Amino acid sequence: MSADWPILSATIWLPIIGGLMVIAIGDKNSNNARWMSLAVAVMTFVISLPLYSGFNPGTAEMQFVERAPWISYFNIEYYLGVDGISMPLIILTTFISIFVIVAAWEVIQYKVSYYMAAFLIMEGIMVGVFSALDAMLFYVFWEAMLIPMFLIIGVWGGPNRVYATIKFFLYTFFGSVFMLVALIYMYFQAGSFDILSFHTLKLTLNEQILIFIAFLMAFAVKVPMWPVHTWLPDAHVEAPTGGSVILAAIMLKIGGYGFLRFSLPITPDASSELDWLIISMSLIAVVYIGFVALVQQDMKKLIAYSSIAHMGFVTLGFFMIFMITANPDASTGALLSLQGGMVQMISHGFISAAMFLCVGVLYDRMHSREISSYGGVVNRMPWFAAFMVFFAMSNAGLPGTSGFVGEFMVILASFRANFWFAFLAATTLIIGAAYTLWMVKRVVFGEIANENVAKLEDITGRETFILASLAVAVLALGVWPGPLVDVMEVSLANLLQHVSVTKIP
Amino acid sequence: METVYLTIVIAPLIGAIFAGLFRNQIGRVGAHWAAILGVAISCALSFFVLKSFIYDGMLTYNETVYTWMVTDGLRFEIGFLVDKLTAVMLVVVTFVSLMVHIYTIGYMADDDGYQRFFSYIALFTFSMLMLVMANNFLQLFFGWEAVGLVSYLLIGFYFKKETAIFANMKAFLVNRVGDFGFILGIAAIAMYFDSLDYAEVFAAAPQLADTQIHIFGDETWSLMTVICILLFIGAMGKSAQMPLHVWLPDSMEGPTPISALIHAATMVTAGIFMVARMSPLFEFSETALSFVLVIGATTAFFTGLIGIVQNDIKRVVAYSTLSQLGYMTVALGVSAYSAGIFHLMTHAFFKALLFLAAGSVIMGMHHDQDIRNMGGLKKYMPITYWTSLLGTLALIGFPGFSGFFSKDAIIEAVRYSTIAGSSYAYFMVVAGVFVTALYSFRMFFLVFHGEGPRDKHAIAHLHESPKVIIWPLILLAIPSVIIGYITVGPMLFGDWFNGVIFVLPEHDTVARVGESFHGPFGFILHGILGLPFILAMSGLFVAWFIYVKNPSIADVIKSRFEVIYNLLDKKYGIDELYQYLFADGSRGIGKVLWTLGDKTIIDGMIVNGSAKAVELLSGVVRHVQTGYIYHYAFAMIMGLLVMLTLFVNF
Repeated sequence: MSADWPILSATIWLPIIGGLMVIAIGDKNSNNARWMSLAVAVMTFVISLPLYSGFNPGTAEMQFVERAPWISYFNIEYYLGVDGISMPLIILTTFISIFVIVAAWEVIQYKVSYYMAAFLIMEGIMVGVFSALDAMLFYVFWEAMLIPMFLIIGVWGGPNRVYATIKFFLYTFFGSVFMLVALIYMYFQAGSFDILSFHTLKLTLNEQILIFIAFLMAFAVKVPMWPVHTWLPDAHVEAPTGGSVILAAIMLKIGGYGFLRFSLPITPDASSELDWLIISMSLIAVVYIGFVALVQQDMKKLIAYSSIAHMGFVTLGFFMIFMITANPDASTGALLSLQGGMVQMISHGFISAAMFLCVGVLYDRMHSREISSYGGVVNRMPWFAAFMVFFAMSNAGLPGTSGFVGEFMVILASFRANFWFAFLAATTLIIGAAYTLWMVKRVVFGEIANENVAKLEDITGRETFILASLAVAVLALGVWPGPLVDVMEVSLANLLQHVSVTKIP
Repeated sequence: METVYLTIVIAPLIGAIFAGLFRNQIGRVGAHWAAILGVAISCALSFFVLKSFIYDGMLTYNETVYTWMVTDGLRFEIGFLVDKLTAVMLVVVTFVSLMVHIYTIGYMADDDGYQRFFSYIALFTFSMLMLVMANNFLQLFFGWEAVGLVSYLLIGFYFKKETAIFANMKAFLVNRVGDFGFILGIAAIAMYFDSLDYAEVFAAAPQLADTQIHIFGDETWSLMTVICILLFIGAMGKSAQMPLHVWLPDSMEGPTPISALIHAATMVTAGIFMVARMSPLFEFSETALSFVLVIGATTAFFTGLIGIVQNDIKRVVAYSTLSQLGYMTVALGVSAYSAGIFHLMTHAFFKALLFLAAGSVIMGMHHDQDIRNMGGLKKYMPITYWTSLLGTLALIGFPGFSGFFSKDAIIEAVRYSTIAGSSYAYFMVVAGVFVTALYSFRMFFLVFHGEGPRDKHAIAHLHESPKVIIWPLILLAIPSVIIGYITVGPMLFGDWFNGVIFVLPEHDTVARVGESFHGPFGFILHGILGLPFILAMSGLFVAWFIYVKNPSIADVIKSRFEVIYNLLDKKYGIDELYQYLFADGSRGIGKVLWTLGDKTIIDGMIVNGSAKAVELLSGVVRHVQTGYIYHYAFAMIMGLLVMLTLFVNF
């Protein structure tokens, strides 16, 4: 199905052009820059909504397709489209971006217009990553994404931002170079950069394994998976609140998305061959990183580690499908596994955003992220405490919140792959609750710890709006995940079907 | 009826939302009316449902309310199953909840968190109702965790108190250990039954009864055993069975009304309810039943012993709750599910009563909870005294009182049981009767009899509690006394649970007990001649002898049996062991993984190491951290874009 008007292009370019206009407004009228940015972000969100309302969940075909030659010499196209996998991620992107703008409202005073513009441009680029169907276009967006993020951390970041940005950049750039090589290799095989034509490419097992590893380098770093995760805590700690939010809520998802769009459909045989590797890395992420999160002293680091553990569920869900299919005792479950990973991605987008925004609320007042600087915050900020406990509980996977849905689905599915996968995955019920609630106990509850806490004031209307909106999203998805699952069902089932057919010539 | 059932769950939720979100707008009185009204509506409708089952022969209701999601052929739904088991639970939960709501008006009158408290207990009622009305495992888990959440919030209600916020975290985490097993059990069911719906799962259970699965290598396990033990681990968390019992005594940090409602009458019995509901599964695994039986018997006896040495009035009642939960679990283990539910019901009334009475005493004593400081309160608090006496008699199973029927039924059922562990269990539950009478009357005598309070200052303020406190005590005392006599016939030995609770004929211990049942009066006569009655009376006598007749003996015994006393006082050292093993242990693991794994190996050797290697190898890019990389990368992308655009030929 193609739309009457180019919704995807509009969703990509409106924020990018809007961002450039915000820069043009400049910092002299920083209030205008703020309102302009907000208007652009809200408009982008509204424009992206028809992607959901007009979406046909009954087909796995790409929808809202736009296709035009871009660089004909290399047969590179400006080729956009979405299916049930990418569409929810795009809506997540446009939704979260609004709150990033609002969260920065009074907090960012230095080069406001550039800050806002960086986020708007980033928003457009991320939508581009999710909607690109031409591998080169995808790659351009993929790399371009690094620039605004690099600037956001480098310019508005904390004291150790240089180390963090370099680490962030080296890590992600290192990974993506291999992806580029793989893409170019497949271009020579397929004669175009059309991702869908890559999906039908015949490749020997050796070719597949090399390509798989190249993709793994790029995506594992982005997710991030153990052991290539150490850039994330550093990047989060140094990033301003908005940067952390985008990083955790959207950018990590691009890694997960990559596995679904590239690794699984292009190299199914290699994926099946090497699934033990990904599953091990995922389970290590869930357990090992959970323990590491437990001993963090810095709230942002703790949430960053918690993100890695939660993303472990995503990759676990994506790569268990081969074992589930192979298990004679389990008639179904592979689709549940994929669905679980996807739901976990969307849910983590809301929850991690909310958690980082909560830390941001405290940081703006106290300029400390150390857990030990806090204690008894609830005495001064009861409404904030209510939100923080709510999001902490969703982070710990409480039923009724979105955090439960994905974890539950993946645990149910993992039992069909192997009892011990389920066993290890389910430890998150204990460890996840332990590190989250222990932090809450030390930060939120107790007597007022010091005079700085005594001076705290409760959240403003602006902050309430942000946290309440996210709380509604978390609750809605937790109480009724049906609509989300329904739009993804056919696309994921199709993917599963596709993956079950060998690509070896 | 769908509207009725929906109203039953939604009314308390609306009350909770009003009391919580609009606490400042509607004020204290508005908040308590909102919550009480919600729960009162639920309670009235619950009685109506029960009435319809008893008199109108209403049939079981099993319908979906809405579909949570459908994927991969698996339906996840929210729906209600209302049968006679549910009806009993509805009435117990809403009635006790309503009493506690009213009581709270008096108990929390001076508290700043008044509205918050009402919001929480109404929310609790909603969650508990969702749990008992579930018709599938998803919703069961929903309610299961939601009551856990409210329990967490309420134990930590006094959030400034370090002990309270430690206790609530401990409670949540220990419960999560149980949930860990529970969710695996649900996953196993979802895999092998391809459904989460009770009716479908139960119907398929007989066909899967002989299925064997592999867990460790080639060794085979019965599927039913695995599922039932995993589910029961969940029940061990929620219903505080050893070794997951450690959270319940600490949960007494919460305000007393919730100790009565959540940590005695309703939430902690969720595990018992769940196993009874799952009887069509548990019946197919004798291994699991034996496991349940041994855990229950151990809990019933050993936690009761700790109760003897406790000095905090609430903790004594808390250990008594643990022990009674052990009795219920024992009932489940010998397939006497109906006896377990029966004891759950009687216990809910008399234990709520005892807790609320303890709260009344605590108010009288100005929040001093140490029973050694009390004494002679009979004179000052007559109604609290008399209701406590009735509750205590019910607890020790004095013939004719509600607890007598339920406890004797359990003990008799264990006697007839033949499964592994039943003789151990029989010894434990019979010995437990003595222990129960001893700790119950020890507390009762120390609080109400003997010399007046030590602190003479306290006497001046000592008076009976206000009416909102007294009335719930009286209203709870009535069923504590009579409910057993009325319901033992139909509920235990009649056909009330036919088609609801499933028991294989060879396991049917209740039927064996019922063979000699000729009406409640005969049951009482039979009880008076039995061993448990003699033990209960001896316990009462020993308590009287030590704490009323010769108060100096207590100290002598204490010093003579110092080793045992210390063992009990330290609660067998389990808390310390867990602290060392799990709390410190996992932090230790975390530290090692972080410093050694992340910082030293990954960052130190691999990441920074390769950066150093690059630095060494290339003489050009010397100082990595000067921005070269950024320029380099930016240039690369720009270069790529320019290169690509150069080849444009439209």
